[in-house]
Amino acid sequence: MHKVYHRIEQIAGNVITVRADGVANGELAQVVGTLGTSLAQVIRLDREKVFLQVFAGSRGISTDGQVRFLGHKMDISFTEALLGRVFNGSGRPRDNGPELDENRIPIGGPSVNPAKRIIPRKMVRTGIPMIDVFNSLVESQKLPIFAAAGEPYNELLARIALQAEVDIIILGGMGLKHDDYLQFRDTLEANGALSRSILFIHTAADPTVECQMVPDISLAVAEQFALQNKRVLVLLTDMTSFADALKEIAITMEQIPSNRGYPGDLYSQLAARYEKAVDFEGAGSITILAVTTMPGDDVTHPVPDNTGYITEGQFYLRNGRIEPFGSLSRLKQQVNGKTREDHRTVMNTMIQLYASYKETLEKQSMGFRMSAWDNKLLKYGERFEKEMMDLSVNIPLEAALDLGWQIMADCFDPAETGISSKLTGKFWPKKTA
Amino acid sequence: MSENIGKIVGINGNLITVRFDKPVTQSEVGYARIGETALKAEVIRIRGENAELQVFEDTTGLKVGDPVEFSGNLLAVELGPGLLAQVYDGLQNPLPKLAEKCGFFLQRGTYLKALDRAKKWAYTPQARKGDEVTAGDTLGTVPEGIFQHRIMVPFRLPGKYKVEEAVAAGSYNVDQVVAKLRGERGDVISVTMVQEWPVKVPIKAYAERLRPVEPLVTKVRIIDTFFPVARGGVYCIPGPFGAGKTVLQQITSKHADVDIVLVAACGERAGEVVETLREFPELTDPRTGKSLMERTLIICNTSSMPVAAREASVYTAVTICEYYRQMGLNVMLLADSTSRWAQALREMSGRLEEIPGEEAFPAYLESVIAAFYERGGVVKLKDGTTGSVTIGGTVSPAGGNFDEPVTQATLKVVGAFHGLNRERSDARRYPAIHPLDSWSKYPGVVDAKQVAQARKTLRQGNEVSQMMKVVGEEGTSIDDFVVYLKSEFLDATYLQQNSFHDVDAATGADRQKYVFAKIHGILTAKVFFPDKDAARKWFLQLTSVTKDWNLVPMDAAEFKQLEQRIDAMLAEVSEHA
Repeated sequence: MHKVYHRIEQIAGNVITVRADGVANGELAQVVGTLGTSLAQVIRLDREKVFLQVFAGSRGISTDGQVRFLGHKMDISFTEALLGRVFNGSGRPRDNGPELDENRIPIGGPSVNPAKRIIPRKMVRTGIPMIDVFNSLVESQKLPIFAAAGEPYNELLARIALQAEVDIIILGGMGLKHDDYLQFRDTLEANGALSRSILFIHTAADPTVECQMVPDISLAVAEQFALQNKRVLVLLTDMTSFADALKEIAITMEQIPSNRGYPGDLYSQLAARYEKAVDFEGAGSITILAVTTMPGDDVTHPVPDNTGYITEGQFYLRNGRIEPFGSLSRLKQQVNGKTREDHRTVMNTMIQLYASYKETLEKQSMGFRMSAWDNKLLKYGERFEKEMMDLSVNIPLEAALDLGWQIMADCFDPAETGISSKLTGKFWPKKTA
Repeated sequence: MSENIGKIVGINGNLITVRFDKPVTQSEVGYARIGETALKAEVIRIRGENAELQVFEDTTGLKVGDPVEFSGNLLAVELGPGLLAQVYDGLQNPLPKLAEKCGFFLQRGTYLKALDRAKKWAYTPQARKGDEVTAGDTLGTVPEGIFQHRIMVPFRLPGKYKVEEAVAAGSYNVDQVVAKLRGERGDVISVTMVQEWPVKVPIKAYAERLRPVEPLVTKVRIIDTFFPVARGGVYCIPGPFGAGKTVLQQITSKHADVDIVLVAACGERAGEVVETLREFPELTDPRTGKSLMERTLIICNTSSMPVAAREASVYTAVTICEYYRQMGLNVMLLADSTSRWAQALREMSGRLEEIPGEEAFPAYLESVIAAFYERGGVVKLKDGTTGSVTIGGTVSPAGGNFDEPVTQATLKVVGAFHGLNRERSDARRYPAIHPLDSWSKYPGVVDAKQVAQARKTLRQGNEVSQMMKVVGEEGTSIDDFVVYLKSEFLDATYLQQNSFHDVDAATGADRQKYVFAKIHGILTAKVFFPDKDAARKWFLQLTSVTKDWNLVPMDAAEFKQLEQRIDAMLAEVSEHA
């Protein structure tokens, strides 16, 4: 029988301290306060002092509250019954459905042996030219969407989720507005995708500690499905809330902050989650798409900055469009050589020309005379923005490439694009008289 | 020695505090026991009766009162034949073997021998009975890949030794004794093919250190021509994320003109290591015709693997480099990324509650970085041959701002700086090494005068382009405009390189000399145009032809044809003179 402790020595933030012996690092405990019972996890041991973070927050816990150690670490039930359900950050149902208790699996498990990974080779087609043509999404990729608050990032996430061909969708919501959560659920339901989805939702009103658990729970479940040969897409929104939850705990624990109050291990913490994206040798895969909101639209903020170093590229969402500059899929080279021979050339040339267009735009705004070349660029840039960049455009990759050639042919001579004559000979559209 | 066992009194993340009774050495290895499992840890601070250890694994499940065994040894690596083509984690565990044993996931507390114990090596003795030898001298050789792997007198042995026994040529495994040495005090040492060496101590069994002067050809044009690296030199590649640090490292690891490449993936993405892991065995090394993997060794401690092992991984890597250097080989260490290693230091420093320096990095950051890069260099060995360790480290500065402690500490100690630039990478100008900000103190492969001229063109072109932003194209004289176009031409056709094209990805030294001379000719030619549109049109065309030229092999007939076309185009616009 597990011993019950009755004297809580310290309550600071969501962390409580009790004196106990024989307690293991990372162990779970049950804490009973005046507002109910909550789980708590051991985060530090110092002689007989045990530091626990209380999932439901420390409000309502009294100094004579009960602490009972459970002798195991955080886990979650893994069964097919998870599909179609909604849970909170502690893994308890939030959809009034039954509690699940069979086949408990630990969360936050060890990392995958790199020798068991394979090079991702399968493109995930989304029908969005800014992704398919310019920054192809690849199965097992981890990719964040960087956006300022107010951008339609959750809509984009939902759209990719519905159009991508995957077996299972897991949504991890952190600090979500309740409306956004409902919107996600309704969108998935309306498109018949809820039955292959699992939602782990922490809303802005829930305790911070649960926010911190969401990625681990989501990914632990994803990992099990992937091992059963399923292709899993994990959507995490918003990882900045997750980082802020880390910050809150770190500060409570009196850790020395490194940058804007975030703990020094922010990089490792984020990496431990993102690195769960994997293509297993001889089993399924996990693809992670995450939203990272940029406070002040500043990409050098510690959260997007550290994220960028971890993930395999990033999409910038700005003014409702995926920005061609800065957006990058690091894995695109794995797939875009095998789609069509002109894919890479169209991708590079169109972006270079668009960069020149931006320069011209700058010159124009300063009131300089436009040369013949400038006028061509202006025409090109406008069409590019309208026909390629707009998020409402929904066409397959091949059609998008043809469209690219058409736009270039309508604006330039072949030599002006700098494309090797071999390709222009084959793909340059013939002038229609 | 009797067993030295302490007890855990505190656990904070991967830092454990252990009470001990018997003497404990700074930096010695200890094992924290959870039931049958032992977790490797290293002593990093001792205070009174408590030692603080960083655990190289996840500490979940450890309890106060659990025993910790102190081993008495410093953290060391195994050195011997069979290291090449291997994939190790930061503590030198062979990952493929670990996968055979544990499956998909890395199980904590599982440590395997770095070298294959069963494999037999064809040993040829070199030292004879009665020979006098010192640390680092060759006792015999075994073939490993394309090299003769030297079995050397252990580096730790001080003073002179006499060979008392040497086995005959034959087939032995690494644990079999191949020689017995008698020291000056009569002590007898049995030497096997494997020796251990503490990772944080440089191997110094050489005659002298030399100055790095010989260029190391990486086949990346902007590096070899403009910002060269020397054999035995050290250089850094700082850059914001997405600027192409890792791609540049991968290209270098494929094409660099060295005997052995050691890739240390330190706290970076696992996916990138997998690319090397899966692709290299299928690629052929143009120098030897054998698989590229045979000259490659990967130390892989990716970002989700334990942080303390990440700190150890760069030392594991550089120690293995030094070991192969002792065989008279040229070794290259590509460390990606040193910032992650510095962050590992920061995490530990924070847990130790040390007084933080800038951006919470520990105050000793600079000296640690300097000491690491100092392990690169060219050395003259005791037998007169030379060997080198070249170190290329990437730096991932927060926010891409080079004014941060890790970049600044690194810049102080390196001989070349390849600064990657966000604007260049956004404009898809790869490799995104900034041609004006970067520098190198090493000699290059191309005529220095021509390079100086080209850099002048780049600088002037940049000035004109800045000016044009203010006064517009119409306010710019045609002469200035042509300078600008020339600099853009140089950028597009020479500085930029398509790393995904078979031919363009690797430009050898001869081709660089040849092509650069041609481009230099165009940069210095006096060219005349009626107006700016004509100038732009001509340069765009020339750029297109020259880019095509880059894509054909040097011995193809097309190479000459395209060169003639370039000559003809140049003659067209210069004949008005």
